[in-house]
This record gives sequence, C-alpha cells and structure tokens, in this order.
Amino acid sequence: MMRASHTQPGFVAALLHRLSGLALAIFLPIHFLALATALRGADALDTVLAMTNNPVLKLAEFALVVALASHMTLGLRVLAVEFLPIRERTAATVSLSVVVSLAVGLVFLLNVQ
Amino acid sequence: MLQVEVWRGTDRGRFQSFAVPRREHQTILDVVTEIQREQDATLAYRFACRVGMCGSCAMVVNGRPRWTCRTRVSDVVGDDNRLRLEPLHNFAVVKDLAVEMTRFFDKWRDAEGSFQSARTRDDDFAIVPPSSPRRQAADAGIECIGCGVCYSACDVVSWDASYLGPAALNRTWTLVNDVRDAAGAARLDAVAGDNGCHSCHVHMSCTTFCPKGLGPTYAIAGLKRAVTARALTGRTG
Amino acid sequence: MTAALFIAQRATAVVLAFAVTIHLATIVYAARGGLTAAEILARTRGNGWFLALYLVFVAAVAIHAPIGLRTIVREWSAWRGRSLDLAVAGFGALLLAMGMGAALVLFLA
Repeated sequence: MMRASHTQPGFVAALLHRLSGLALAIFLPIHFLALATALRGADALDTVLAMTNNPVLKLAEFALVVALASHMTLGLRVLAVEFLPIRERTAATVSLSVVVSLAVGLVFLLNVQ
Repeated sequence: MLQVEVWRGTDRGRFQSFAVPRREHQTILDVVTEIQREQDATLAYRFACRVGMCGSCAMVVNGRPRWTCRTRVSDVVGDDNRLRLEPLHNFAVVKDLAVEMTRFFDKWRDAEGSFQSARTRDDDFAIVPPSSPRRQAADAGIECIGCGVCYSACDVVSWDASYLGPAALNRTWTLVNDVRDAAGAARLDAVAGDNGCHSCHVHMSCTTFCPKGLGPTYAIAGLKRAVTARALTGRTG
Repeated sequence: MTAALFIAQRATAVVLAFAVTIHLATIVYAARGGLTAAEILARTRGNGWFLALYLVFVAAVAIHAPIGLRTIVREWSAWRGRSLDLAVAGFGALLLAMGMGAALVLFLA
C-alpha cells in the first residue's frame, strides 16, 4: 500500500521538480559542448545540429523543453509559498504548472522542423 | 466483517490478520481495542483521552497517519472491508503499533522549541495584544499537541533522519513570534543548518494531514524568511 | 542547506526565471522552420546583449544547479560532508567554464 504522502499533489510537484532539475543538470554540459563546436566554424555546429534531426532526439528535445518549463513553474510555486503570504491551492497549482509546461513543449515541437 | 491487517513486531516484523465485525459509528480505535481485548491480548497500542485531545492514538491507517479515535471506519474503509494498521512512519517501533517518541521530542529541544523568559516574578505582566500580527502568527501554530502525524507524513524526515521536522520547526516559529521570548538569535541559529528549515521542500503533507488544521509548511516558510532576513540585514526578529 | 546556500539558490532562481523565459521564447521563435548554425551565429556573433545576458545566465546556473544536486545527493544517498560539497562546487566550476566558453565562442565566431 503506497503511503499517503506519496499521493499528495505537493509530493508529485516536488518529485517532478527534482527529476527535471536532475535531467537539466546532466544535459547542460552536453549542451555547452555542442554549442562550443562552433569554434571550428559554422559547419561543425551544423553537423551537431543535424544529429538532432531524428525522431528520438526530437522527442528528447521536447522532453528537455518540458523539463525546463516545469522546473521553472514548479520552482515559482515554491518561491510563492516561501515568500508570499498566500495559501496556495496545491493541486490546482501543480496541475496548472504541468499543463503550461507541456504547452510550451508542444509549441516548441510544432514549431521546430 | 472487517479484514484487519495489523503490524506486529518492532522495525522488523509482519502483518497479522484479524477479523472484526463491522459496526455502525465504529472508530479505528474501537477496532484496535476490540482486537486487543477480545482476540489477542499481546497487541500493543496507545490511546488515552479517546476524544481527540491528546494525540496518543496516532498511527498509520490505510497508508495515512491519523488519530484512530477521530477516524470512523466508514470514512476510510470501502466495500472491500480491508483495513491496514501500522505504527507511525519515521519513528522507531517499540512494539506493534506503539512508537518511540524520544527522538521526536529531542528535536523540539534541538530546534530551541522551549520558551525562554527574560522576566522574573517581580516584573509586571507582559502585554501582548491578541490581534497583533506576531501573536496571530504564534497562535496559528500554538495548538500543536505533539501527536507526530506530521512527522510521520514528512518525506524529508524519511530521507534524512537528522531533519528537525515539521512539529519542532512549527513550535520554534511560534516562539520566534512570541514577543516575551528572549532566545533571539540562538533560536534562528538552531534552525538554520542543514537539518533545519531550509530542508523543507514544500511537499505539504504535514499541513494536509495535521488533525488540528495547523500549517507547519507556512511556519517553516516563516523561519526561512526570518533566517534570510537576518543573514541579509543582521537583525533578528 | 545553510542560510547562505538557501539565499544563493533562491536568488539565482529569480534570475533564472527571467533568463529561462527569454531563452525559451527565443528558442521557440528562432527554431521555427528548423535551426541552422548560420541562423544561430547571425544572432550571437558580435552581439553584446547576447553575451551579457548569457554570461549572467551561465553564472546563475553554475550557482543554482550544484546546490540543488547537493540536496538530492544528501537526501537520496549516504554521501554528505566536505567531499560532497567539494564535488558539487567542482561541478559548478565546470558548468561556469563550459558555459562561458560556449557563450564566448558564439560571440566571437
């Protein structure tokens, strides 16, 4: 039987926030390395960018955009509870954060070739 | 018939099954008491007032920490008639459903959760308007009876056993807001370390499950702000 | 975490909220119809605003991420203490160096 704290929206929020942060921390060095290939000229960077032109990596990019957006929105929730005199409605806030993040990811996916 | 699984043993043990008749207006405390008195006298559990004032009867009921005297079977058991009783999480188990509270209260002490007076009996009474913002902040958390439900529900406590926890930090916040209290900077020091208020990640299970409707999350947020303000301005309180 | 780490993380979080919003908007806008190196470099080459913004962005991330990682490791593993603090600080230094390097490369290309 799952303990009740793990079904609470606040826990789900914290878990998403933590896992997205972890994913971003792992991704960043790769991101910086990829961009730095421009040192060898625009063609070198183009080669790297071309590597992302397949469904699996496009999906990974989508996931990273969603991770970035959700880490930010869920982080803003934490800042709001800590520094603003509001009594937030956790479930609604978390749902809104997830929806907004997925929307941002979707806009990215639909716009990118 | 209720199918009741009850934890037996200490931190290691097993679930033992009992069958208890399901009755109208039954509370979980009624069920546990019936098992202990009619079926297995070796079962260990706690209660005292049985009317929701003392907090002694707290345990985990179908995965959620509750007061058994104030929890009706009809509210937590569905048509499957299954009930699972466990001791509170994050406490060492003394026996069966009774847990060791010492470390919980040691953390109150470590969090400077006791009032320190600067006055003597020869001084006049302190005047504290009940409507003042600081007294209202203190009053919002002062009703804590140390039942341990929030501590059981806290994921950070289960991940980091040194974390002071929601009850101790809530109590400290009430004292930070007590204008009569003289502890000042020492109290903020006590909650500003790695095991202190900054380790709260706003899961909010403490606030959700507190049987008295207190908000430890917000008390801890207050401590975060107080510690931050002091670090930035050097002022306490 | 301590008070100093908490303040650093929350303050950089606010900075990052702005930087990330701009970054996401830029990515979505710029990535329409595909993204080539030439398009990226046209925006970043010699662009003082780009360099300034992204150096601030990189510095904020280099502070924010290690503090978060420290908390995760302390809570989800047995590792803690000085060695962990040094390890995450090292990761922060790595992010700072790599990030500033990438920003400079794109500025000077």
